[in-house]
Amino acid sequence: MTATTRLVEVRTKILKQNDVTARALRERFEAAGVCVVSLVSSPGAGKTTLLQKTLQRLRERYRVAALVGDLATENDAQRLAQANVPVRQITTGTVCHLEAEMVEQALDDWRLDELDFLFLENVGNLVCPATYDLGEALRLVLFSVTEGEDKPLKYPTIFNTADVALITKMDLAAAVEFDLAAARRNIQAVRPGMEVLELSSKTGEGMKRWLDLLASRQ
Amino acid sequence: MHELSIAMSLIDVASEEAERRQVRVAALHLKVGPLSGVVQEALVSAYELAREGTDLAEARLEIQQTPIRMNCPTCRSEQAVASIQELWCAECGAPAIELTSGRELELIALEIE
Repeated sequence: MTATTRLVEVRTKILKQNDVTARALRERFEAAGVCVVSLVSSPGAGKTTLLQKTLQRLRERYRVAALVGDLATENDAQRLAQANVPVRQITTGTVCHLEAEMVEQALDDWRLDELDFLFLENVGNLVCPATYDLGEALRLVLFSVTEGEDKPLKYPTIFNTADVALITKMDLAAAVEFDLAAARRNIQAVRPGMEVLELSSKTGEGMKRWLDLLASRQ
Repeated sequence: MHELSIAMSLIDVASEEAERRQVRVAALHLKVGPLSGVVQEALVSAYELAREGTDLAEARLEIQQTPIRMNCPTCRSEQAVASIQELWCAECGAPAIELTSGRELELIALEIE
């Protein structure tokens, strides 16, 4: 401040536009009765494999669909389409995260009232997605045993904005000497009270608890 | 790196406010919390790029870093949180379930001429 300047109060969120769009999406999802679950993790933590298995299992009882975000390829959408459910790809180009407006555009004319669950797979990134609300009802953060127990301490913000943590690739836990108690402690340190599940998409270990958790939210 | 897209949103929001008030802006005053997901240094560099060629080309950025604070159910008052990796009451160690500050990403004021 100098002698010739003065302050005028504004008090506006910088991402006001994203927040407005996310709020509108959330209202639309609630009105349609669809439970929207987003997934965030670092690249390679197992989001697509988990989603593939989850879609296959849920499809037996529910109407499910997915939107997947990636920088460049459509490989993930093709992998998920094998589960025989509607899948749309959002190619973000150079953008390292999904924003509410991208979700809104990708949904386009999708009949949300004909769905029970919609999954939003974010771009593999543990930093940027933390800042953007997508209108989801449940945000899931995944980290795999091969990433180490201290991942939550390195990326506290993304863990703090998520609702449930999922420790993946548990079939490899012994091989990498994963300390599950330490991992759980670290998650609670950055997000007290967060629900934590362990699973292996490969062996199916822990899948039932995960599916039960989803069913309880519908 | 999402700070560039945040800097561009900041310029949109600030330009809109300045235009509405018909004022010339000398600086933007922000509040940024440790849990906003934004790195302060990266935001400053991104802002310097993004402001070029806009009405805010000369406008400085003043960032106030907010602390992480919580409503402590045990102390029955607002307390500081130990750290971003230790989300518990700095006074008594109760878990920080209800945060009162630390997530801010706000334009709080325009400094005008």
